[in-house]
Formats: sequence, structure tokens, C-alpha cells
Amino acid sequence: MNKRAIRVFAAAALFAPLLAFGQKNSCVECHSQLDDELKAPAAALAADIHAEFGLSCKDCHGGDPSQDDVDLAKDRTFRGSPKRQDIPQFCGACHADAAAMRAFNPALRTDQLSQYWTSRHGLLLKAGDTKAAVCTDCHGVHGIQSAKYPKSLTFPWNIPQTCGRCHADKAFMEPYRLPTGQLEDYKASVHARALLEKKDLSAPACNDCHGNHGAFPPSVSSVASVCRQCHPSTGELFMKSPHKKAFDEMGAGECEACHGNHKILVPSTAMIGTDDGATCAQCHDKGSRGFEAAAEFRRQLDGFESGFRAAEGLLAQAKQKGVEVSDVEFKLQDVNTLLVSAKNLTHGLDGAEIAKAVSEGEKALVGVRELGEKALDEARFRRRGLAVTTALLALFGVALALKIRHMTRGRVDKSRRVE
Amino acid sequence: MATKIGQSIWKFLDERFLLSGLIAFARKKTVPEHRRSFWYFFGGICLFLTGIQIATGAMLLLYYTPHIDAAHESVQFIMSGVKFGWLIRSVHSWTANILIGLLFIHMFSTFFLKAYRKPRELTWVTGFLLLVLFMAFGFSGYLLPWNELSYFATRVGTDIAGSLPFIGDWLKSVILGGPEVSQATLSRFFWFHVALLPVAALMLIGIHILLVQTLGMSKPIGERSKKEIPFFPDFLYKDALGWTLMLVLIGVVCVFLPWEIGPKADPLASTPLGIKPEWYFTFMFTTLKLVPAHILSIEGEKLAILAFMAGGLLWMFVPFLDKRAARETRSPVFGWIGVALALYIVIMTVLTYTVPNL
Amino acid sequence: MKRRDFVDIFLGGSLLATIAAFLYPVVRYVLPSRSAGGGVQNSVIAAKAGELPPNTAKVFKFGSAPGVLVNTAEGKLVALSGTCTHLTCTVRFDAETETLFCPCHNGRFDLGGNVLSGPPPRPLETYAVEVSGPDIIVSRKS
Repeated sequence: MNKRAIRVFAAAALFAPLLAFGQKNSCVECHSQLDDELKAPAAALAADIHAEFGLSCKDCHGGDPSQDDVDLAKDRTFRGSPKRQDIPQFCGACHADAAAMRAFNPALRTDQLSQYWTSRHGLLLKAGDTKAAVCTDCHGVHGIQSAKYPKSLTFPWNIPQTCGRCHADKAFMEPYRLPTGQLEDYKASVHARALLEKKDLSAPACNDCHGNHGAFPPSVSSVASVCRQCHPSTGELFMKSPHKKAFDEMGAGECEACHGNHKILVPSTAMIGTDDGATCAQCHDKGSRGFEAAAEFRRQLDGFESGFRAAEGLLAQAKQKGVEVSDVEFKLQDVNTLLVSAKNLTHGLDGAEIAKAVSEGEKALVGVRELGEKALDEARFRRRGLAVTTALLALFGVALALKIRHMTRGRVDKSRRVE
Repeated sequence: MATKIGQSIWKFLDERFLLSGLIAFARKKTVPEHRRSFWYFFGGICLFLTGIQIATGAMLLLYYTPHIDAAHESVQFIMSGVKFGWLIRSVHSWTANILIGLLFIHMFSTFFLKAYRKPRELTWVTGFLLLVLFMAFGFSGYLLPWNELSYFATRVGTDIAGSLPFIGDWLKSVILGGPEVSQATLSRFFWFHVALLPVAALMLIGIHILLVQTLGMSKPIGERSKKEIPFFPDFLYKDALGWTLMLVLIGVVCVFLPWEIGPKADPLASTPLGIKPEWYFTFMFTTLKLVPAHILSIEGEKLAILAFMAGGLLWMFVPFLDKRAARETRSPVFGWIGVALALYIVIMTVLTYTVPNL
Repeated sequence: MKRRDFVDIFLGGSLLATIAAFLYPVVRYVLPSRSAGGGVQNSVIAAKAGELPPNTAKVFKFGSAPGVLVNTAEGKLVALSGTCTHLTCTVRFDAETETLFCPCHNGRFDLGGNVLSGPPPRPLETYAVEVSGPDIIVSRKS
């Protein structure tokens, strides 16, 4: 036996029991043979993110999985399943420990537990209400998946349903006197359309406004700060507007005063103005300055927008008639920029500024309309050209027919004369 | 004075081109007139449309670029940037399709009137070869705009050629200029379309017309009418009337339905559903889809392709097979074969467009 | 005799008129036209080399949509789609922060097209830039 063989043998002898130890898991072995509730953890664990990182039953529940005997396996370290009110601490044992988490994912935050205790859920739990949501209610128990995995309960487009499991349940929410229509409202909103229909992950789900672990409804005064995370320019404009002071005095909140909260719809110019659907008229009485201004904004924006739609229709019409209008569509996009900006400017309530944007847009629109008319002219020219050519061809056809008849008749006459 | 100059120019040309002989020939030449002389006009219309194709095709060359990075863009430019480009291209595309349809009509009318019988066998053979050439024109021209539909139709079409026994792989790589549809294919199809096929077609058309002119029109078997009209100018005028009608038809479809460009071909995209070749190939294409996978342990598809080739050859040599017609006696068997073939083509084509996911 | 002359003149005249009607589009087609190529393009000359000083940008026409060509402070050329992914406004270069900025709702993108802040849901499409002689050519990445 040479030295190398000895070394290999020694290594094998040393590591064999270790390998066996790593593979042995009597928890799974036994629980797989049990029924329903006791079998589920063992079955679900395979797909669990913790299992992916090499963690197993004993890492949360303790015990000795290398023992075949139940009593020996459930030794002094065995913790069993935690009571509901203990679950946050149970998970937090690792997840709130930056040093422990660093071994698995150094980028993962460890403030979830402390955030949780500040949340309404956490406060209720602390007060002894075990109905309050704990970690497992949102993340699942065994079979927990990363929030980045599209099938997980905490993936953006699954979150509304996850929260809705409790919050849309009338019976469940009764004791708290909380409304249960938020999920339905949210589903009708522009945000839900982006998230659920367009699968646009940047659109907000429940947690983006309410926080996740520190879930709490934002108070009226802070809603606007939440909206501004994504809509900064609108917020800036609002801050400068006379509405800021007025709303503050009324305690009316900011964005949600006009746009609502869960059911935020696509804004349209119909929100501005003095008719029934308009939000301005809710506060501004007929004859007041605000009332007049609202009517004026509406008139200007509607004029601009209908001009824009007309130009758009013009191009669509020309396109449908077979004329290439991609160049003009390019120009129309510039006008779209102006239209969208002008609409946004209404948050600042600066009449001069809005009028300026609208007039600039309408000026650009004139050029687009001219080109669109030109394209339609081209379509008309094609049809007229066809009519002229067809008329000429028809004329030529008639002449040919006449000539043929004339010729045949002449020939028949000639042959008669010969006879 | 003016007439004098005209006369001397005429004399100069006549002495060199023997024009008076040609005119005398044209004046002497007559065309039989009877109940079915209507079908004589289709040859002339096909020739006229071929002229349109040569003219518009030559004009498209002015702006078309046969490169995969520029082909689609140049066609787009023709359709939007060039004055009347939309017209020239639409006329070229529409006329191509109308022409092939008329060629089929011309061929079947000739067949049913037994005009292929002695001594016009070669007129038939050259005519059939011309049909094949024009279908090749269609196949190669279809790819040139380099759009999604034509790209995948070409892939499917050449795959069929590739499944031929023995020579399939070789033939496919010759057609494609490589293992797949690429720049080499575009160059090659362009070359087929504007160089090789036009020269071959012009030669065959020359022979075809020369034969028609020297042998005259065939009268159907048993036609007793002795009536005849001069070829020039009577028949030519009537021909011109037909051409005028065609021009109106083409003008209307081009203005109201300009030929589309479609999205640019993307070799990495997945094949769109229900990809079909141009309509005049669909009767063969659908047959290939319908044949059972195996017939007597031979691959059904290969068998069908061989059957098409054998059938084409038999069809081409029909004048030599139809001995009864050659003796000026009726040959109803061949008439029925023609009816069966026409029905087969029509049914298969209709099936392609009416039964989805065949 | 007279009738025959009329028919001949009618025939010849209408033939000439028809030919003229056909020649017009042909002549217009062959004569060079001033309009540039439009439609969907895969590459375009976005600018002339040296046209852009460092840390400036220009909006160019790419097919029927705007593109933005940026010459960074380090002199690197970057090209992106100029259409904001939020509400299709045209973005502009903000030299101070070296980012792209959408004036409509303050959306902000880095020069890789990624969304930095604001409402845009998706990054901007980035294009390939190539300097070929005097031309800066921008093309769609395949």
C-alpha cells in the first residue's frame, strides 16, 4: 500500500459517518408514513426555500434526526411546533439575527420582526389576539418560497389575494369593524390592472402602500407621501398649489381626496370641471372662483384632448386607406408628451402654466393635423387617379368596341357586295 | 412634306427589317371564330400581364436592396417614401397572383379543347414549362420582401424539397445556398427572380408564341364552323379589350387593397401558426399534410412528392399519350382526367382555406 | 368614310390619353424623391461623429419613434429608446445627474435604461451604437 492509497482510505473512513449523518433524517422518514396533518410538513419541505439552503426539520424544531426511535429523536432540544403567539419569535430566532442570516443571504434584511411588532398585526398579537396574522399566515408554513418566486404567496401579483384571504372575509373582520371591500376596490383600480393584467411588477400591491412586515394603514396625513414614492412630480405640483393649504386646513388628505384610496381609477379630464362626475364641484360652489377656474381648465384640456384624438383618428383613417403615416405618428408622439404634461399640471392649479402647455400643444397639433390631412389627400388622390384612369380605360374600351363593330360591319358589307 | 419623310423612314426600316413581309403575314393570318373561341383570349391576356410584370419588376429593382438587413426596409421605403411606389409594388404583387390564376385557366381551356394535339404538342410542352417557371417566379419573389410570412413559408417549402429521396438534401442546400434560409438564400432567390427565370421564361415565351403564330390557333375536334377573322387587326383589337378590363381590375385592387408588407422576418421567432405557402401551391401542400405517414412501408410524404413529379411529367406529355385526339377523334377519357384534376386542385385549395389546422 | 375617321381618331386619342395616364406614375416613380425612408427601421444615422460634446445628448428619429443618443462625460456613446414606458412621453437627458428624465411625471432612468425612480414600469430599450467614418449609427439589438 502506498502513501496515496492510505490517505484516500483515511479520508473515506473519516467522512463516511459524516455523510451518513447528513443523509439520515428520521423526522421525514416517520412523518412521511403518518396521515394528513402530520404528513404534510414532511411532504411540503422539499419545495421549501429553507431546504434549498440545506436546512432541515431540526434547524427549526430541534430534536435528533439521526435516531430511529421516536423518544430518542425527540430529545431535550426538541421544540415541537410553536404556538401561534410564539411564531414571530420562532422565525425571528434566525431572521432577526443578522449574524445568523449572513451565512445564507447577507443581503436579506433582518428587521422584519421588529417591524412586525410595530404593525397592527403585531400589536394585536401582543395584546393576546391570536387571530392576528403571524409570519406563516402570509408566507405559508412548510413549503415557504422566496418572495421572488412567482408562485409564492408573497410574490407581487399574489399579494392582493394573500391579504384578501382575511381582509376580504366579512365574518373574520367583523370583530375589528373593518371594511372588507378593499380587495374588490383594488381589483378595479389602475394599479391592479397594471399588476394583474399587464403583469407589471412595478405596479403597487397592498404592501407597497401599507408596508409589509410593519403593515399599518397610512394615516390621512401620510397617504400623500406614499403616493409620491412613484408620483413625485404630481406631489411637487400639489405642494405649490393653493390646495395644499386648503386641504390641510380641512384635514382632507391630499391625493386620496380626489383619487380615492384602493379604487384608484385611470384619471381623465372628466374629474376636472363642474359637472356631476367632476371632483372639483364637491367643494367649489357655483359662482366661486375655484368653480370658474375648474370649468376653464376643463374647457382647455378637453379642447386639447379632442384635438389630439381627432388628429389620431385622422392618421388611423389614412393608415387604413393604405397610406404610410409613420412619420406623422412620430410627430404625434411629441404632442402626446405635451398632453400628458398639461394634464399633470392641473395638480399645480396654475392657470397660466396650464394655458401655456395647452397652447403649445395645440400649436404642435396644427402641424400634425396638416400632415394628416395631407395623407388623407394622398388617399383621395389615389382614388381620384383610379377614377380618371378607369374612365380613360373605359373610353378606350368603348373606342375599341366601336372599331371592332365598325370593322366587322364593313367586312360583311364588302362580302355582300361581292356576292 | 411630312408624309414624304414618313415614307422614306418607312422605306429605310422596311428594307432592313422586312416589315412588309411581317405585316403581310399578320394580315393573312386568321383566327377561327366559333362558340368556344372565347378561350383564345387567355393566352393574350397572360402575355400582356407578363409584360406588366417585366415593366413593374424592372422598376422595383430601382429601389429594392437584396440584403437581409435592408430588403424589408427598402420595400417599406418603396411603399411610403417613393412617389407611386405603393402602386408599382402593389401592381407587381397583385398581377403576379392574377397571372398565375389565368395561366391555370389558359392551361385547362387548352386541355379541354384538346388544342395540344398534333401538330401543337410542343406548344403545350412549352406552355406547361412556362407554368412551372411562373410558379418558381412566385416562390422566389415571395421571399424578397423578407417578411415573417414569406420567411417561414420559404422554410416550409424548401423543407419539402429536402425530403425528396436521394437528392433531397443536396437540392435543398442548392436552393437555399446553405443549410438554412439566410442571406445566401435571399441573394439566390433574387438571382433566380431577376436573372435566371426571366431569361428562361423569355426564351420559352418566344418559342411558345412563335409556335402559336406559325401553326395558328387550333380548332376544337369536330368544329364545323368555317368562320374566321383576321388576326390583325380584328383579333388584336378584341384582345386589347380584354387587356383593358384587366387593367381596370388591377387598378381597383391596388388602390383599395395595397399589397401589405408585414413584419420583418425574425429568424429567432417561433413559427407563426397556420403558415401556408402562396395559394397556388396549397393544393400540393395540403395533399402532403393529408397523406398517411406510411404507405406500404414507404414514407407517405415522399411518395406524394414523387407522385406529383410523375403526374407533372405525364401531364406535360399528354399530347403524346392522347392518341385518339391526334387522329382528330374525340377522347372523352382525357376529358374526364382533366375534370378530375381540376376538381382535385379546386377542392384541395378550398380545403386549405376553409378547414383550419388541417 | 367620315364615320370611320371618327372611330379611328377616337381610338387613337383615347389610347394616347391612357398611355399618358400610365406614364405619369412611372415618371414620378423613377424621378428621385425628396422624402426619406420611414417605417420600421433597424438602424439609422443618429448623428455625425463629433456633433455631441461630452455629457450632452440629442433626440433622433428612429423609424417613427424617438431615440436618445447620449455622449457621456467619459465620452462613451449610448443610445436608448426615447419613449418613456409610462405614458409614452419623450424622455430627455439630464446632464447634471447623467440620467434620462421624463418631464411628464418625473420618471428617471439610468443610461442602461433601468428605472431609477418614478412611475415607469419597464426599462427603456437600449440600442447598439457604432461609429462608422463620419456617422454615428444606432441599430436595434437583435
